[in-house]
Amino acid sequence: MSLTQAEAAEVAIETLGEEAAPKAEVWRRLRRNPSFLIGLALIVIFVIVAIAAPLLAPYSPTDRQWFDEVRPGFVPGPRAENLLGVDQQGQDELSRIIYGARYSLLIGVVSLSIGAFAGIVVGTLAGAFGGWVDSLLMRLMDVMLAIPGLLFAIGLAALLGRSLKSVMIAIAVVNVPIFARLLRSSMLAQRESDYVLASRSVGVRRWRIVMQHVLPNSISPVIVQGTLALATAIIDAAGLAFLGLGSADPSVPEWGRMLAETQRSLASAPQLAFFPGLAIVFSVLGFYLVGDALREALDPKLRR
Amino acid sequence: MSLLSVRDLEVVFSRRGRRPVRAVDGVSFDVRAGQTLGLVGESGCGKSVTSLAIMGLLPKRGVQVAGSVLLEGRQLLGLDDGELRDLRGRDIAMIFQDPLTSLNPVLTIGRQITEILERHFGTPKREARVEAARLLDMVGIPNAARRLDDYPHQFSGGMRQRVMIASALACQPKLLIADEPTTALDVTIQAQILELLKALVVDSQSALVLITHDLGVVAGLCENVHVMYSGRIVESATRRELFGRPRHPYTAGLLASVPRLDQERGTPLRPIAGSPRDTIPWASGCAFSPRCPNQIEPCLGAPPPLLPEHAASAVQSHDLRCVNPVPAPVAEQVTAARRPRAGVASATRATATTTESGDSPPRVRRTAKAATPVRPAKAAKPAKAAKPAKPAAPSKATKPQAPRKGAR
Repeated sequence: MSLTQAEAAEVAIETLGEEAAPKAEVWRRLRRNPSFLIGLALIVIFVIVAIAAPLLAPYSPTDRQWFDEVRPGFVPGPRAENLLGVDQQGQDELSRIIYGARYSLLIGVVSLSIGAFAGIVVGTLAGAFGGWVDSLLMRLMDVMLAIPGLLFAIGLAALLGRSLKSVMIAIAVVNVPIFARLLRSSMLAQRESDYVLASRSVGVRRWRIVMQHVLPNSISPVIVQGTLALATAIIDAAGLAFLGLGSADPSVPEWGRMLAETQRSLASAPQLAFFPGLAIVFSVLGFYLVGDALREALDPKLRR
Repeated sequence: MSLLSVRDLEVVFSRRGRRPVRAVDGVSFDVRAGQTLGLVGESGCGKSVTSLAIMGLLPKRGVQVAGSVLLEGRQLLGLDDGELRDLRGRDIAMIFQDPLTSLNPVLTIGRQITEILERHFGTPKREARVEAARLLDMVGIPNAARRLDDYPHQFSGGMRQRVMIASALACQPKLLIADEPTTALDVTIQAQILELLKALVVDSQSALVLITHDLGVVAGLCENVHVMYSGRIVESATRRELFGRPRHPYTAGLLASVPRLDQERGTPLRPIAGSPRDTIPWASGCAFSPRCPNQIEPCLGAPPPLLPEHAASAVQSHDLRCVNPVPAPVAEQVTAARRPRAGVASATRATATTTESGDSPPRVRRTAKAATPVRPAKAAKPAKAAKPAKPAAPSKATKPQAPRKGAR
């Protein structure tokens, strides 16, 4: 009936092993998840392409050197010279897609950073102060959430004028309430936790408790949301560009605009819609897969 | 002058649409410097709320605290947040029940201790680290200096409670409140932690208020004991008095429900009938009367006052809130009455020591759980609680054949 001490020690070690280092544990879970690996590979390719675009692209994306081959109803298709063909402006499609990765990444990262940062600030204030500060900020966020995201972004971008900057701002603003609400709810749960009570019991100042104890423990859903929101930001950017709300300069190779421009020649040159679309799909897929895997690894409720 | 003086402390929780709940209902007690005081009672009797009220840690909304809490003559109730924060950790500190959740999982142990030193004394980082290592060493964490950079999950439960104790003692507070410090730990670790607390309290000369539902813990550690029931102190006495001559039917019932090492085999446990919910408001009589075997007419009507027990001497103070107390044991039994103390006191420690002391292992039929008998619901069916990690009496691998008789 009674365990020997050695056995008891073994049990103790086993239970200790179960809750091994959270960081290492999360990483271990991620590594075993194939969708994480695929997603990560897609993101890595996407980022490398974006950064090394000048090295990878065979031609300049704005060089209209094949313009005289373009006829109404005809553009040169894929060939040895232009692997993905030539667009209606006589520019190399492959080079434009490669350079387009830069814009997608730029818009995604910048708008997400601004949006997430502002959201975290708002969420932290609401979660830390509670009371009327919380109510005021959250009602404001509710108002923003009441308008469908893309519609809100279209309105804002149209209001701010056609430029990359206004697209970024529009997408950032749409993201603010999402992050703010997420962080606030996660902080509210942490605020009631035992270690917060314990640190209050030794006189730690309120702001320090928020920044050092509550916030770091509430941030993991925000990280997950960040990866997923990056994917959405890329889609939104493409959508805005498709609707003609991107950069005012037509030579800027945005994937969304490239899709929009091929509408007229969809029957004669479907490859011009197919390849930018594929680029959007794969980059977005990468972030979604990683985001999903992260959520699975970080959320204790989904752990098997 | 006493270090801490609590007078008529009242805590009322009120929620819209519900009747207000009097969690603490006029509690008064004193703690002298260096004294160890036990606050005993079953779940929901208000002992934890009392401690949180003293610390000023109760939420503000929906809670009314009245009465007075004086620390060295300074009124704590009504201090503003900043003053209270300066006080907490430096003058009063608290140890919580569950060490597994009371440490921040994303901060290193070292950081969580140095934070307190920096906060209260402005200790520079490097010195704070040295001090933190010393504190961890003091509470018996091996390789203390190297473990400063470890995270809580890398420690076992007992070790984490040691860390909690180290951080509570970091600023050498005058008063330490320990709220069920051993409840989440298994019995052998409980004994170690209690020994540690005892030694540290003696060393540091700080006062200790130990809040527990475990009479064994009280017997091993506290000089004075207050027994609480339904928000009020019903009996308070020195440890020896209380265990030797319990007068309140509740205290007597608690003691009777503790299984003893020296009991005849198969003796049924005698739990207190009913549950803490079977209570009446103090205003309409004794809250314990619905469960009390000694209930008489005067129990209902007016709340019984807390009065000195008639045989109490100046040395052995003994206060009682009961109109029909259980009879004091006759002189012969008083000597025998040291038995419960010995039995209960060693209840926690016995488990830790019996394996070493080879001679005549006590024939225990006590389960690990039975050492914490205050919750009557559990005490009524102790058979379920045969913990596997029970090192007591390893030679007799007898299964506890605990009585299955329910409350009578």
